[in-house]
Amino acid sequence: MSDWRFTARQLAKNPLSLTGVVIIAIFIIIAIFAPLIAPTPAGQLNSYMIPRDGYWAEPQPPSAAHILGTTQGQYDIFYGVVWGARSAFRVALVVMSITLLIGIVLGSLAGYFGGVLDEILMRITDIFLAFPWLILAMALVVVLGPGLKSVMIALIVVWWPSYARLIRGDILQVREEDYVEAARGLGASSGRVIIRHVLPNAIYPALIMASLDIGAVVLSAAALSFLGLGAPEGYADWGQMTQFAQNWIVGPLDNPLKYWYAVIIPGLFILFFVLGWNLLGDAFRDIFDPRLARR
Amino acid sequence: MEDLVRIRDLTVRFHTYEGVVYAIDDLDLDIRQGETLGIVGETGSGKTMTALAILRLIPYPGRIESGSIVFFDKGLRSELELLKLSEDKMRSIRGCKISMVFQEPGSALNPVYTIGDQISEVYLLHQRQELGRQAKRRIDSLLGNGGTLAASIKRPFWRWQSRLYNKIAEGSNPLEPRILSHIPLFRRLLWRLKDEAGLLTVSMLKDVEIPDPDRVAGRYPHELSGGMKQRAVIAMALACSPELLIADEPTTSLDVTIQAQMLELFRRIKADRGASVLFITHNLGVAAEVCDRVAVMYAGRLCEVAGVEEIFLHPMHPYTKALLEAVPMPGKELQTIPGALADAFNPPPGCRFHPRCPSAMPTCQHERPKLKEVAKDHMVACYLY
Repeated sequence: MSDWRFTARQLAKNPLSLTGVVIIAIFIIIAIFAPLIAPTPAGQLNSYMIPRDGYWAEPQPPSAAHILGTTQGQYDIFYGVVWGARSAFRVALVVMSITLLIGIVLGSLAGYFGGVLDEILMRITDIFLAFPWLILAMALVVVLGPGLKSVMIALIVVWWPSYARLIRGDILQVREEDYVEAARGLGASSGRVIIRHVLPNAIYPALIMASLDIGAVVLSAAALSFLGLGAPEGYADWGQMTQFAQNWIVGPLDNPLKYWYAVIIPGLFILFFVLGWNLLGDAFRDIFDPRLARR
Repeated sequence: MEDLVRIRDLTVRFHTYEGVVYAIDDLDLDIRQGETLGIVGETGSGKTMTALAILRLIPYPGRIESGSIVFFDKGLRSELELLKLSEDKMRSIRGCKISMVFQEPGSALNPVYTIGDQISEVYLLHQRQELGRQAKRRIDSLLGNGGTLAASIKRPFWRWQSRLYNKIAEGSNPLEPRILSHIPLFRRLLWRLKDEAGLLTVSMLKDVEIPDPDRVAGRYPHELSGGMKQRAVIAMALACSPELLIADEPTTSLDVTIQAQMLELFRRIKADRGASVLFITHNLGVAAEVCDRVAVMYAGRLCEVAGVEEIFLHPMHPYTKALLEAVPMPGKELQTIPGALADAFNPPPGCRFHPRCPSAMPTCQHERPKLKEVAKDHMVACYLY
């Protein structure tokens, strides 16, 4: 119970992290209640496909039928951004948790046992790190065939090496601590020492980086979608909606901001999502680290 | 007195890029039942390595090259050759039969767990059966009383729990609890083991004279003072009533008043539990205070072993004499030992102390003096005797 109170107090102390929590909470609510906020039109099978109202190219301004207007191809922007929140969470959480898992397993094996195993694992991460990540991700998506799943796989492949590195470094440091020696002196096995004594002390930097990186994952997924390598056309995905707006960033000469809604609304959603996770990263640091006073 | 640990010809070397470090060279040492044996010597003389060698925790790239360490297990009434045991067997000895108190209490405790959690871990690792037995007894008393409706509803669950803990108590790693303890949520069903360990922890903390042990058990290490942390570390080492407690400079990082309390605690523990203590220190005053016998080490070798009074009143080895001279005394100019500690990569041949020795003889330069008994219970490795 006191842990909850401590968490609440830490959050209240730092208005920025509180803002982060509020932003992410709003996105979570949007994602969960998407079917209520933007009901799927009757007869449509896949809720993730944005309903379209015609086929002509020019985006239409907000109206009674389309609260936030329509984007290129008459896709409803409101429906797209609401259901896009689900896609964003899915990509971010799946990519980040698998990345963390791979990073933790490989990083702790390399860091704790050292020697030849460390050498082999770290040279493999070097190989992955030697590629420019965006090019590697694009190549992978092209090979796997465009789609959200390919984007996730590609991002995991380009992201895990930095986590394996980070975790290995922290484990190298913690491994030398006296309490690890003490735990072995008390008869704990290697697995127990890693899981109970080394990891909990080495993982905070990785967890904090992960919460900051969730934003970056969404941005990268959006970048791939923007390049046309993401979700299939019409799929509710913020990156794709910015791609639709590519040709409508500047309007006709007499009214350059004519199509602002097509660009700014999906862009704002991405911006706030990334901002929210970045602020939350700070909050996680304050909450998770038991070395900070809990009184 | 019987020997508890008999170390013979122990050699530990570190194979580094720069060369081979001779950390311990042909060491012979006995630790007797119920005694406090002090090891004194300068930094780098191999005191800590001797302790780690007994636990077989020499850090990489160090290796125990040869020798034997025989441990007499009182419980099993048998002698164990520690250097030949399997790693699994060795793990069951560490922390249970032989445990260690580390130098820095601040860093020997894991910052992310409470004191109680860390001490409980020792019980959970080594005394599972005992905890299972306790838990079963507690459930059986629950089964015995109460005819209320709530009690009769819970009864089948309690029966199952009683059977479960009984399996743990009977030991030999039964299947059902083992499976349970690996499944995250179901692991909670074994919570009584943790509870029992928690009770033992609190009484252990009381034993090392920690005031308000209930509260301290829920504290994180950074919330305690240095002296309290050291007490907690000692409690952790003593949790399973070890036969040998290795204390690696346990008082070095504490201030003088706390040091005195710690020494008192060590003396009481030894008297209460009849355990042997291997007390590593570079402070001769501390050694004189707590030890029954003292071994002096220099550059990985033993110089002199004798009873505590004998060694302070009649030191024989020139190095021991020089060490005693170097103890600061008010009104006297501080004496130092000329020269520096022997180079670990290229130790001098013969007696390792000869370059600094005031009474070195030609033989000392190429022949190694053997440890011999010159008076009763007084061993010296020097050609002077």
